[in-house]
Amino acid sequence: MRWILTLLAAVFAAASAAVCYANDVGQIKNLRGTVHLERDGQRLAAAPGMGVKQADVLVTGADGTVGVTFLDNSLLSLGPRSTLAIDRYSFDSTTHDGQFDTSLKRGTLAVVSGRIVQRSPEAMRVRTPSAIMGVRGTEFVVKVDEPAR
Amino acid sequence: MVAVLAIMALLIAAHYEFTPTELVVVLPSADGHTGAVVVERDGRRTVLDQPYAADRVGRNSGTAKLSEREVRSTFGSTLAAIPARPARFLLYFVAGTDELTAESKVELARMLEELRRRPSPDILVIGHTDRVGGDADNDRLSLQRAERVRESFVAQGIAAERIRAAGRGEREPIVPTADGVDEPRNRRVEINVR
Repeated sequence: MRWILTLLAAVFAAASAAVCYANDVGQIKNLRGTVHLERDGQRLAAAPGMGVKQADVLVTGADGTVGVTFLDNSLLSLGPRSTLAIDRYSFDSTTHDGQFDTSLKRGTLAVVSGRIVQRSPEAMRVRTPSAIMGVRGTEFVVKVDEPAR
Repeated sequence: MVAVLAIMALLIAAHYEFTPTELVVVLPSADGHTGAVVVERDGRRTVLDQPYAADRVGRNSGTAKLSEREVRSTFGSTLAAIPARPARFLLYFVAGTDELTAESKVELARMLEELRRRPSPDILVIGHTDRVGGDADNDRLSLQRAERVRESFVAQGIAAERIRAAGRGEREPIVPTADGVDEPRNRRVEINVR
């Protein structure tokens, strides 16, 4: 009897861990077409509700778009044929201090900045192959074309 | 001569073809305010702080002002994928109960419409009380209010695991009052959705 309870407790703990998404810094809110997450050398099919972690790379296919809400209420979305790396994300929900760095390797990105930037302007940065953008509380879009082959 | 010019034109075209082009455009925010983006490239800093101010590299390098239509044609599907904005709602209760006021019942129905538009919402429901009664009773009542709202969301088809409920008792009044004061605006739940 006791082992059943232990087992149930373990299952319950695993289930609540799945719901709490330890270390998640954001969550996929909407998705169309083909979208993948590259994490620890693995390629995961993305789905709405899935957690996003620091060091993840989001990749959309020719028909793919994806939108992610982060812990500080920053909102990001990618258009088709896009690759975005979440280089660094930290956020203190009490002080609102944090740092948010991403790199757009190719494609299109839309950003609505959140509390990190409200608290410390330019604590959010977007890198492209040729530039670094510091964000001072705003909405903006970025496009990086791949060189034609 | 013509041949040389033609070859040059081709070379220039080819150069642009092989140069990655980049574009950044600042947009007016949903609240009408435009912030700023500082673009740093090759040691130069360019501040974009006007609606539709753009900075380009590659073809037509430099700063420019784009039209809303140009932005839509390039970024339409990207902008359409931005998640719904985080939102906050308040619902009020009949004194001493977990029963919503008549106005808040109407508001609850409206809010459910809004919640259903979000494919995978995270919902935090926090209950509060006025300052009538003891702390322990108010802690219990505030949680009961939050749970009641949570149950009504679940009954309307919102996944239970996406909703967290908590009670804060009388600790966080919207309207500060002396102890024992029956303030309707403090008898509430806050619903944060993202």
